[in-house]
Amino acid sequence: MTALAETSSVTRRFGHLLAVDRVDLQVVGGEVVGLLGANGAGKTTLIRLLLGLLPASEGHVRLFGLTPSRETRRRLGYVSQGLGLYDDLTPEENLAFAHAAFGGDRGTLPAGLRPLAGVPVGRLSLGVQRRVAFAQALAHRPDLLVLDEPTSGVDPLARARLWETIRGAADAGAGVLVTTHHMDEAEECDRLVVMADGRVVAEGSVAEIVGDARVVVVRTDEWQLAFESLEAAGLAAALVGRTLRVPSASVGAVERALGGLTARLEEANATLEERFLELTLGRTGAGEAA
Amino acid sequence: MSWGVRDLTVRFGGHPALAGVSLDAPDGRVTGVVGGDGAGKTTLLRCLVGAIRPDEGEVRRPDARRVGYLSSTSGTYPDLTVEENLDFAATTYGVPPAEARRRMAEHLERTGLAQARGRLAGDLSGGMRQKLGVIRAMVHRPALLVLDEPTTGVDPVSRADLWWLVAHAAAEGAAVVLATAYLDEAERASWLVALDDGHVLAEGSPDQIASGLSGTIRTASERPDGEMAGRSWRRGARWRVWTPPGAEDVVPDGDVVDPDLNDAVTVAALIRELELSNERGGVS
Repeated sequence: MTALAETSSVTRRFGHLLAVDRVDLQVVGGEVVGLLGANGAGKTTLIRLLLGLLPASEGHVRLFGLTPSRETRRRLGYVSQGLGLYDDLTPEENLAFAHAAFGGDRGTLPAGLRPLAGVPVGRLSLGVQRRVAFAQALAHRPDLLVLDEPTSGVDPLARARLWETIRGAADAGAGVLVTTHHMDEAEECDRLVVMADGRVVAEGSVAEIVGDARVVVVRTDEWQLAFESLEAAGLAAALVGRTLRVPSASVGAVERALGGLTARLEEANATLEERFLELTLGRTGAGEAA
Repeated sequence: MSWGVRDLTVRFGGHPALAGVSLDAPDGRVTGVVGGDGAGKTTLLRCLVGAIRPDEGEVRRPDARRVGYLSSTSGTYPDLTVEENLDFAATTYGVPPAEARRRMAEHLERTGLAQARGRLAGDLSGGMRQKLGVIRAMVHRPALLVLDEPTTGVDPVSRADLWWLVAHAAAEGAAVVLATAYLDEAERASWLVALDDGHVLAEGSPDQIASGLSGTIRTASERPDGEMAGRSWRRGARWRVWTPPGAEDVVPDGDVVDPDLNDAVTVAALIRELELSNERGGVS
């Protein structure tokens, strides 16, 4: 199948900073691809390259087989984190504006939003605004949907409903690219691409990315003491409930760090978030130091 | 000690922002409050710290000087440096200077902010500013630490630092209450209260909430028809369908799944939605 969006060895520099470094990315019709990365990993630059908002320093970007342009923009649906709606226009007017700008089908508001069609967007709750933004991005039946943190701040049932819409678009043949900082959102995707320092450091299903990464789980009545002992030994422990999870450490090292403390230790599979942190922090200059 | 609220009701212009909500926050425990935008999380936290007086119900909190609070809108002074923000908070709470310096150094170092001591808070990235806000809220070693969505909009690396601060505060003995919109994050709390439109949807440890779900959940490759459609939702490429106890005569074909926290809270929200729709005479 030909890719709807494709980058081949795309690179983007800002002065001496290498923001995106030889990235190959493909999104085909019908799939939902999740793009993960810490701030500064290059996600936003990659999206801007894909949308045609930024030229590549090297390598190629193809949208629907073409160089990104105003023409390809018409076949794209994009929901930014800020939603990109006009607060002083109503949902109906926002849709009409998008139609005038991007052409295609005029589109209609979903039934649940119609009672609010005449209310300025700025007066609607964030959850409703999010649904309006989705309706607007989908109104012209885009072939490629790009979503930046699509369900931020939304409760679980409303999130499931938004994902119904996203999945519906994919089922109808659209390709979907989702960037997110949240692992439960990432787990909704068919395939994940993890970026760190401008490069793709892992890709595949959740299981493929986690691979055989393990953590040591510490169960003890005195988790506070255990937390401090591990900390003193330079082992970063994460608190989950009343258990501690220690990534990238052996049972032996954890046992030594705990001294004589009574605790039950066992190895467990890492979570996607734990593996993500390992991939990201394992590289230099990660995080927000810049 | 255990702090918290009991049977809290708060009305804003006649509409209940909270309706009979209770929450216990014992020392040394992380208590999570989870819900979407407008669920009542901020109102609950503001009652707990004494910023709002509830219409009904009871609030137990320590003396104001032993409360640490990070609001969802601001927690730092943008025109002061990182260090000045923390000095100001330490002075306000009467923390002895030597003690304040020791805590500050440890917390800044551990969360990657040490290099930013001299920067204006207003110039920090979102994640760094949130870390500073939490460090400031715990500068006086509060007995009750209340954090309103400290990790919203924050990347996973900064989120890990923020959770280190949360764990550290609980290890020091603070009762920590943390609001979040994300269940995967809420799952890290020892005890959880899930809110929806001012009502408690579910409460308990994350495991208790997950295993307390009544009925069964099955997967399906397509959305089922009829009555089951209203009890189904999308999860990944597949659908999930909840069957209430006693309705087992019509079930989808798929496998029964072991419910997780996400399933349990989604079903609780579905039940509430169905009840509300029945009250309104079946019009949703």
